Amino acid sequence: MSREILDARRLLCPLPVIRTQDKVKKMLPGQQLEVVCTDPGVMQDIPAWCRINGHQVLETITNEGEYIVVLQVGE
Amino acid sequence: MNKQRKAVALISGGLDSMLATKVIMEQGVHVEGINFFTGFCVEGHTHAIKKKDKAKPKRNNSLWVAEQLGVKLHIVDVIEEYKDVLINPKHGYGANLNPCLDCKIFMVNKAKQWIEENDFDFIITGEVMGQRPMSQRKETMPVVAKESGADERLLRPLCAKNLPATLPEREGWVNRDELYDFSGRSRKPQMALAEKYGFVDYAQPAGGCCFLTDESYSKKLVDLWQARGNKEYELDDVMLLKVGRHIRPQPHFKMIIAREEGEGRFLQGYKKDFISMNCISHSGPLTLLDGQLSEQDLQLAAQITARYGQGRDAEQVEVNIHLPDGTEKQISVKPLKASEIPQEWFV
Repeated sequence: MSREILDARRLLCPLPVIRTQDKVKKMLPGQQLEVVCTDPGVMQDIPAWCRINGHQVLETITNEGEYIVVLQVGE
Repeated sequence: MNKQRKAVALISGGLDSMLATKVIMEQGVHVEGINFFTGFCVEGHTHAIKKKDKAKPKRNNSLWVAEQLGVKLHIVDVIEEYKDVLINPKHGYGANLNPCLDCKIFMVNKAKQWIEENDFDFIITGEVMGQRPMSQRKETMPVVAKESGADERLLRPLCAKNLPATLPEREGWVNRDELYDFSGRSRKPQMALAEKYGFVDYAQPAGGCCFLTDESYSKKLVDLWQARGNKEYELDDVMLLKVGRHIRPQPHFKMIIAREEGEGRFLQGYKKDFISMNCISHSGPLTLLDGQLSEQDLQLAAQITARYGQGRDAEQVEVNIHLPDGTEKQISVKPLKASEIPQEWFV
C-alpha cells in the first residue's frame, strides 16, 4: 500500500487540516497519508475532518513533541 | 421531481452560522460548509500554545459545528488574498484593525466563486441584522450582497424576513415562511432556536472570532508596520504577534519574550529565523530579537531578558546568545530592574 508523508510541522491548526485537505484532493481512494505535525490540536482536528469527509484514521501517534496522524483516503 | 438545491454555508464555528445552516437543511436543501482561514482567526489551538491552556479541550469550532450538523466542511486558506483586505479596506476599520465589512464582502465573494466552481445554487450566512456594529447593519447588508457579487444568491436565514426576498425564496427553493426575522444585539432568539434544535454545547466567543478586533493585538500589528515602514506581513509575523511579551527598547529592534513554557517551546521553532537569547546561569525565558542589533543592543536585550528570569535579583546573569546560523556566544549582564524598563517600551 502506497503511503505518502505530509510535513505539517510548525503549523498551527487549522493549517495542518488545510494542508491535509489539499493533499488528499490529489490522492486516490485507498491511498494512505501520514501527516506529521507539532500542534497537538491535530489529534482532534484531523480525525474530525476525516469523519466529516469520509476518510479513515488508521493510527495516531504521539512521539517526543510530534503528533502523527495516518489516514486512508475514502471513496 | 424537483431538483435538490445545494447551498454553501459560511461556517465560523459560532452559533449563528450553525443555526442558519440547520434552518436551511431542515428545508431539504443539501448544505456544505465553507470556512476561511485568514491567519487572524481566534482558534483554540492558538491559545493552546500556552502550557496553562493545555488541559482545556482543544477543538476547531468550525469542524465541530460541521460534524454536529453532519455536513462537509471546506476550509480555505485565504492568507495571501486577505492581505489586501486588511491593508486597503475600502470601507475602513472598526474600533481596531478589524475591516469587518470588507472582510464579509471578501468572504461572500469567495463563497460565490466556490458555488460557481462546484455547481451550487446559493450562499447562506448566519448574519443577523443589527447584531454587529459594522458588517451586520440594515444599511450594510445590501452592500455585502452587491459588492460581493452574490446579489440575490445570498440568503440570511436568521433575518431573511427583514430583507427583500432573495432568489432561493422567490424560486421556492426555500420556504420564506420558515425563515426568521431576528434583529438587534439580543442573543435570546438564537438561544431559543438552539434549544429547539437541541444544540447545547456551542461556542460563544466573547470577543468575536478575529484577532483584529482585539485592541492589544492591533497595537502590536501597527507597531510592526511602523517599524518596517510598510504594511507587508507574513503568516509567521501574524502568529508571533499572538505569543509572548513584546518589548521595543529601540525603534530598530523588538524583543518577544516567552511568558511561560508553552510559549517558549513555540518560540524555539523560530531560532533559525531570529537571534535568540536565554539565561544559562539561572532559569528564564527564551527571547526572540527582531531587527538589526548592535553589540550594545544585545547587551540591553540580555539585561531585559534576565529581568524576566529567576536571576532577576542577582548581580550578574549569564546569557546565551544564539544566532540564526547556529553560532552562540555568552555574555554576562546585570538584570534591569522593573522600574528601569519604561512603560512605553511595552508594545
